[in-house]
Order: sequence, then C-alpha cells, then structure tokens
Amino acid sequence: MATEKLLQIEDLHVRVDDRMILNGLTLNVKAGELHAIMGPNGSGKSTLAQVLAGRDNYEITDGSVQYQGINLLDLEPEERARKGLFLGFQYPVEIPGVNNAYLLKAALNAQRSANGDSEIDAFEFMKLIKDKIELMQISTEFLNRSVNEGFSGGEKKRNEILQMLVLKPQLSVLDETDSGLDVDALKVVATGINSLRDPQRATILITHYERLLELVVPDHVHVLHEGRIIKSGDQRLARTLDEQGYDWVKSEAKTL
Amino acid sequence: MKTKDKEFSDLVKQKYQHGFVTDIEQELVPPGLDEDVVKLISKKKNEPEFLTNWRLKSYRHWLTMKEPTWAHVRYTPIDYQSISYFAAPKNLDDAPKSLDEVDPKLLETYDKLGIPLHERAKLAGVAVDAVFDSVSVATTFKKKLSEAGVIFCSFSEAVQNHPELIEKYLGSVVPPRDNFFSALNSAVFSDGSFVYVPKGVRCPMELSTYFRINAANTGQFERTLIIADEASHVSYLEGCTAPMRDENQLHAAVVELVALEDAEIKYSTVQNWYPGDENGIGGIYNFVTKRGDCRGANSKISWTQVETGSAITWKYPSCVLRGENSIGEFYSVAVANNFQQADTGTKMTHIGANTRSTIISKGISAGKAENSYRGLVRVMPTARGARNYTQCDSLLIGDQCGAHTFPAVESRNRSAKIEHEATTSKISEDQLFYCRQRGISEEDTVNMIVNGFCREVFKELPMEFAVEAQALLNVSLEGAVG
Repeated sequence: MATEKLLQIEDLHVRVDDRMILNGLTLNVKAGELHAIMGPNGSGKSTLAQVLAGRDNYEITDGSVQYQGINLLDLEPEERARKGLFLGFQYPVEIPGVNNAYLLKAALNAQRSANGDSEIDAFEFMKLIKDKIELMQISTEFLNRSVNEGFSGGEKKRNEILQMLVLKPQLSVLDETDSGLDVDALKVVATGINSLRDPQRATILITHYERLLELVVPDHVHVLHEGRIIKSGDQRLARTLDEQGYDWVKSEAKTL
Repeated sequence: MKTKDKEFSDLVKQKYQHGFVTDIEQELVPPGLDEDVVKLISKKKNEPEFLTNWRLKSYRHWLTMKEPTWAHVRYTPIDYQSISYFAAPKNLDDAPKSLDEVDPKLLETYDKLGIPLHERAKLAGVAVDAVFDSVSVATTFKKKLSEAGVIFCSFSEAVQNHPELIEKYLGSVVPPRDNFFSALNSAVFSDGSFVYVPKGVRCPMELSTYFRINAANTGQFERTLIIADEASHVSYLEGCTAPMRDENQLHAAVVELVALEDAEIKYSTVQNWYPGDENGIGGIYNFVTKRGDCRGANSKISWTQVETGSAITWKYPSCVLRGENSIGEFYSVAVANNFQQADTGTKMTHIGANTRSTIISKGISAGKAENSYRGLVRVMPTARGARNYTQCDSLLIGDQCGAHTFPAVESRNRSAKIEHEATTSKISEDQLFYCRQRGISEEDTVNMIVNGFCREVFKELPMEFAVEAQALLNVSLEGAVG
C-alpha cells in the first residue's frame, strides 16, 4: 500500500472561460507522501485544487486523473469526498444558520454511510472530537456558532484543519491554508497537519510561502508555473525559492 | 411518546362504536349563490334567527364589494356562481376504494413524512369504513377537556349548544365587512372549530383540528372561533403536514381569536394544501382571514405558521392589541416552489398603552415561485410606549424565483419604538460546493441551510409539530436545486 500510487495526474489541461490555466500538469502522489506545490500568483495552484475536488466551470480539455485506481473525474464532488479526498479551502465559505458542529457531524456521517458504517450520534461525536478541538485550540462554544460566520481568518483555517482531522481523509489538498495566519496559528495548523501524517495518507500542500514547510517538512516540492510543473525537488528547493524568488526557476525553465 | 403511541394504536384497534356522526341530507344544491342559497344553508344547519340574518347581511354586503387585486399574486378569475355552496356529502363512488388506487406520488410523500399507515388512507380520501377511528380518540380527549371546562367542538355544535357565545363573539374580531373574502365566508361558511376556555383555566392539552369530530369535508369556507377567557391559556394546532386532497379550489376561511385579560392564545398552523403540479395546474387558492384580538390587559396572542402548500396563499394573521401591555407575535415560514405564489405577512395594530409586538418572517423561494411578505405595523395615538420589532428574511434558491417585502409602518404616537430588519440571501454555489466537498449531498445541503434559516420560527412550534414541519420543508423543496 505504502508504495502504491494514490493519485496520478497525467498531462492535465484545464480551461476556464476560454483561458487555459493548466497546460499539461503531471504529478504522482504515493500514500505516505507530502507534496508541496509552490508557485507565483496565477500559476494554476488553486485551479488544481478545485479540479481535484470537482468544482464546476473547469473544463478538462486533455489528460487524466486517477485516484485510488479509478477515474477521479467521473465522480461527483461528494463522492470524491466520501472516498477520502479532502480540500482545505483557501476561502472557507460562511453558512449562516448552520451549526458548525452539525455540519461536521453530517459530513462524518455521510462518509460513514458511504463506507457502510453506522451513523454516530451526538454523544459519540462529542467524544470523538474532544482531543481534536483541543489540538486545534478551538473552544466548544466555537462549535455552536454558524459555519465560518464571523470567524477570523485564523479561526476559519483552524476549522478547516479540524474538519480534516475528524474526516481523516486519505488525500488532503490544502489550498493556502497558511495564508493570513500569525506565527502561533501557523504552529497550531502545522501540528494538525503533522498529526495526520502516516503511511496510509498523503497530503498536497499548496502554498506561497516557505515558512509552513519549516514546520511541515515535505517529501517533495514542486514549482508550478504557467500551468505545469517546471521544477521539482525537496525542502531545499523551497528554501532557495524563499531566498531567491521564482525568477531563476522561470528562466531556467525557458532555456530548457 | 411510546405510551401515547400505544394508547393510539389501542384506540385504533377498537371496534367502531358510534356510527358516522355526519348526517347531512342527500340533497344537492345547484352551484351558484343567491339569498335563497344562504337561507337554505342556515336552515339545513338549523341555525337560530340571528345567525340567518347575520349571514344574509353579510351576503348583501358582499354583493357590493370587489375582489381585491392588490396582492402580489396572479390567478385566473374565480367564477363565484360556479361554486356549490352547500357541501354535498362526499360522493363515495368517485373516491379511491383503497390505497392501491391512490396516486403513488402522494403515497411516496406520506412515506417520506413518516405518516402512519392507518392515517394515510384517510388523508388520501379513501372511501372505506373508518380506517382511523378519530371519533373514539376524540371522545377520550373530549372527556378530559370537559373536566377542565373547556369547550372544544365543531362550529355547528357550538351554534346549537352555546348560541349565546356565538352571538357575542362571532364577527367581533373579523367583521363580515372586513374584506371581500370574509364577507363571502360570513354568508356561506360551512363549519369549523369552536373553542372556549373558561376563566383561569389552562387547557390541559394542545388542541388540534386533527382530533375534531366532523373534520372531514368541512369544505372551503371554514369558520374558527377561539375565546380565551380571563387568565386562561390555550394552544391550538391547525392543519396537517400531509398533503390534503381536496376538490375545492378556493378556500376562504376566517379565524377569530379573542383573548381577554391575562389570557394567552397560541395558534400554530402547518399548512400543506395541494400546490398544483410542476406547472402550477390544479393547486388550491388559500385566501384566509385570520385575526386575533387582545381585548384584555396583559393578554397575548401568538401566531406561528409554516406554509408550504397551496398554489396561491394570501393570508395575514394579525393582532389587534387593544388591552394595555398586551403582546402580539407572528412567526412565519412560507415556502414557495415551482409556480407557487405566496403573499403573506401580518398586521399589528397597537391601540393599548405599552403594547408590544414581534414579527419574524422567513420566506423561502425556489423554482419559479414568488414569495411576498406584506406587513403593517400601526400605532394608534392611544398606544403610548408601544414597541414593535420586525425581522424579515428571504432566502432564494436558484435564480428564477422572487422575494418581495412590502413593510408598512404607521405611527401616530411619538413614544412608540419600531424596529425593522430585513435580509435577502441566496444559497450560493460556493456554499453548495463547500458542503458537497465535505461529502454532504446537494439535497441535504439545501435542507441543512433551510432548516438553519427557519430555526427561529420552528422553535416556537410545539415539539412534535416542529419535527414534522422540518420533514415537510425538506419534502417541499425536493429537487429545488440542480
């Protein structure tokens, strides 16, 4: 299992409103790995996340995506989620009137029913999330508020990671989960991500900054530019990018 | 709950003891309306003279009135001369003989709502021997009520047994001249419910039309009168979550509530008349006049309604706050889907000093439906220190529906405090995608958001009703997205 390919993206081309955003992206993720995808603004990072999660309005013009050995692109967003694909949103949406804990429980139960497990009740649920909310430094009061409504930027991101910890996805795609976080919140988020790293699971971290990668050490770092991966390496690549920016990679890619 | 169910099923299993109580002569009154028809209705019901005259006066006034056109609804004109005003006994030959003959879609809905099997046949209008023995159930409840001194009976019975109460209170809240439909109703009303709670009595149970004798086929012109005498308390539930089959397209009911000093009336409605098919054909027009009169000091009237049915709903449960310190409340959820049109809201008329009113209205529109809130808060010069709080929220699902609010405030007292808040929101693509990404289906997401939106109103409903209302909403909005 550990060496099996969990996600295989082959030559993926994606168009949004007449504009090509991904131009032949290829990426393989094995169980147990953590991949960081970096790149300047507009390089296609968030598009990749949205396409993996199944968002409408992204037209796949070429290429394929295999997840757990099946064609991911055939599945509805909720089916992907129930098969253990989780997207940590860059901008988590506010849902007034819907209780945060209720959403979380509904999500967990949707997953459990899909796997043939029985649904859990409110009591079991509270037991299950107790240590997770402690880890994410979230108060119980916070659970009873409407989903993301009036949450600070940091609270929204911690809430995303809490959801991830509860749902225990096999593949987590975290879209700029580190943006807008102060140092303390960044540490909390990093602890959450690290707590779920094991040989069964994999993570794709989409980020602008290197600082999260000091706390969550990646196995692979990729640079995305103009819709394809132009350079791959390990944590040292991230550090170099942090020091020198993206220009050298871009020009290196051009001369190739 | 368990024991209640047991009690229920035991009662249902009992042998039918009382025979059918409905004993209407098999005489058919041809469609159409004139003074003779009004007199005939009154005669058939063996009514005292004052009531016959009251009907006739109402009829004569109705002739001078015009059907209102100000509501934000559209429908083909009603031909009042083609309606039969005396409910002929149900034609048993036309009714389905068993559940096998009932529209499977209707049965599917009952299933989703969790309606017990023995009630389904009754709701679907199956013409069989009493499948659900409402008579004996009602008898049990009636005994308990009469011990408390509460009168709860059909309007016709009340006319026979308590004419003095009818004469005193009928039309005292909604006068026949009030509007076109109330005048029509006053002339030709068929039957309805009557409640009287004596001084100082707290009604020992929730009163529900469900347990009423003669509930079937009270027809399109229903009349309800509820009187809570000094320091009494009553909670009344109207309607049913199951879709009701009915051949009458026009429903023009009148409901009058009277709360005397220190009395409280809570009136909850869950209405699910047939809304018509996806194209809006065949649905019911629900034009109802509902008003409560807080006649005594410190009295309180609360209206809570969950409206999901009807092709057209046109109703404004209102409160006249006459007594000092009296309180009026209006909590409403109105859902309109497909081609439904709902124009609903409330009127709060502050007359007494320090009267208070609260209006919480939640409108949900989906499909091609139009949903309007229409409200009037009127503060009379005498109502010093009056307060009103209005909150009016609309939720849109999809981009072909409409939500409209027409709030009006008339204050003639400078010490009055009136607040109005309104919001319109839409279930966004982003919200749907977010929840689907968490594994929750589109339909469940909509239900979750809608129920969250309605929570403030649902919590005002009696517990069991609230659970049913929630299920009902989910069914009503099925297929609203995508």
